[in-house]
Amino acid sequence: MNLLTLSWKYLSFRPLSTGLNAILLAFGLAIITVLLLVQHQFEQKMTRDAAGIDLVIGAKGSPLQLILASVYHIDFPTGNIKMEEAQRISRNRLVKQVIPLAMGDNMQGFRIVGTNHDYLSLYEVSFAAGKAWEYPFEVTLGASAAQALGLKLGDSFTGSHGISVGSHDHDQQQFKVTGILAPTGKVVDRLVLTSIESVWYTHEEQGEESVATEEVELPIEEGTSHKEEAHDALAEALDPLKVPVAAQGFPTSNQEREVTSLLVRYRNPMAAIQLPRMINSATSMQAASPAFEMSRLFELLGVGISLLQGLAIALVVIAGLSIFIALYNSLKERKYDLAILRTLGASRVQLVTLVFLEGISLTTLGALLGIALGHGFLAIIVELTAQEVVSLVDPWLFLPEEGLIFGYALAVGLLASLIPAWSAYQTSIAKQLTKA
Amino acid sequence: MLLQSTSLSFAYPGQPSLSFPDFSLSGGEAVLLLGKSGSGKTTFLNLLAGLLSPSQGQVILDGTVLSALQGHRLDLFRGQHIGIVFQKPHLIAALSVKQNLELAQFLSKKKGASPISLLQDLGIAGKASAAVGTLSEGEAQRVSIARALVNSPKLILADEPTSSLDDLHAQRVVQLLKAQAAKIGAALVIVTHDQRVKSEVSQVLEVKSA
Repeated sequence: MNLLTLSWKYLSFRPLSTGLNAILLAFGLAIITVLLLVQHQFEQKMTRDAAGIDLVIGAKGSPLQLILASVYHIDFPTGNIKMEEAQRISRNRLVKQVIPLAMGDNMQGFRIVGTNHDYLSLYEVSFAAGKAWEYPFEVTLGASAAQALGLKLGDSFTGSHGISVGSHDHDQQQFKVTGILAPTGKVVDRLVLTSIESVWYTHEEQGEESVATEEVELPIEEGTSHKEEAHDALAEALDPLKVPVAAQGFPTSNQEREVTSLLVRYRNPMAAIQLPRMINSATSMQAASPAFEMSRLFELLGVGISLLQGLAIALVVIAGLSIFIALYNSLKERKYDLAILRTLGASRVQLVTLVFLEGISLTTLGALLGIALGHGFLAIIVELTAQEVVSLVDPWLFLPEEGLIFGYALAVGLLASLIPAWSAYQTSIAKQLTKA
Repeated sequence: MLLQSTSLSFAYPGQPSLSFPDFSLSGGEAVLLLGKSGSGKTTFLNLLAGLLSPSQGQVILDGTVLSALQGHRLDLFRGQHIGIVFQKPHLIAALSVKQNLELAQFLSKKKGASPISLLQDLGIAGKASAAVGTLSEGEAQRVSIARALVNSPKLILADEPTSSLDDLHAQRVVQLLKAQAAKIGAALVIVTHDQRVKSEVSQVLEVKSA
């Protein structure tokens, strides 16, 4: 037997009051936990995913949307840009590197992104199995995508049109898994990567142009009356699906092609001043800086986060008051108990310690519950929104800052116990025993 | 002498002073402090327990003058050497029977009798793990006696221990207290207005308002 055991016995003797107060406090602390995890990881992951990208160029529209779609793959692209125009930008003296992206399809919600091997270098990936795509319709899966889709090397699958689930399938052409990336903790984990050519050919299969007409224009023999027969002959003559795709730069094409956006790296600091202005004013495209757009986004999110923080603090204060009332009332009922404890040899300091231990034990319980609730709630949200922005957050990452939550709980416990503890200190044994 | 009470008096603020008779007890002896309601019996008991400081006079227990002890030293001395039985059992409801006894040992920092063997002596060992709320009135009173005895005190003070009991139980409780006090060589002081127990104790002191 000791004072801590005694305090727990008193708390567990009133399970309803103890449970409700702990839950009330836990709700406030759970909100703080969620905010802490989201804010910390969001900023960190967003910054990490945008590392090495100075500028994003895409179709005109919302610059934030362009960044979210092209860098973080969490919004719809603003449209496509002409590849000819994109290639012109890549030759600009202010540009060091351009990584083209072509989007428009998904595999069960995981985005299929057409790009080149520079994209893999940008995120410093390593392979868990296999290798990067080399031919059209070969794909390399990010670690999370591979796990969630249950795909392994050599497996084939059909993509769906659009970048979210529920669209029609491109069932005429199957993708084949040739590589699976090791986990990076970056956006690439959630992507299905392939060549730009794969994205083009996927969309052509249902359209007017045939894949087989790419690159080569062969004369149609006289006497061949039907176009289909001509196409078959061409396909047999040269199958572009067996031509290696572009590992760097842009794919070559004799047709008017489009890409979705470009990830640009500046050659020098001067580019940061000149290039965006030039693109925005002199071309049909728009340029957006990830750093600028993200700081704008965090500023906007900050208002919401502050509001939620305010709500959480209000909940914690209410919980503190409730714990104070519970302790105070319980102590009023237990005045005689306290007098008995004194007759058994307890000092005034021991009674004060007992009250503080009750307050602190209760708030520690609330803190543990709050942190567990916060992580659990986030895990559910992440599970339910596997391909959305929240999925960037690891719900089971424990931050050192969560120690602060225990600090808050301790402070609430101490404050709530202050007056009841003083009241316990002042208890007159003889007076209480005479009253009873 | 184990217990000596000399020239004790006490005054509540704004009230006339109460004076109490001198008496002394050896180990194993018992005294009955008899008086009507309001005669100051409980005040006398509180003075003997060191719960109140006398205006005059002193209580000496085994050579220690209680009024010379202050703060935690007095609390600890009381916990180690004085066992108090109250009119109602007033056990800690959040604890089991055995835990109530262990608490008394923890607070007094004294390894006295084994709680289980004491409960056996009092015939309630079967209730050691029971919640206090499940005990009958007689069982609860026995547990409160066990709690007073668990530190093998030198002085046992019983405040109206029989007032809510019928004749048979009143007699049993007094006999139990006397037997246990004799067993551990403690002085026993029973404060009561219950005339039924007068015959149970040979030494009787009348407490009257001053």
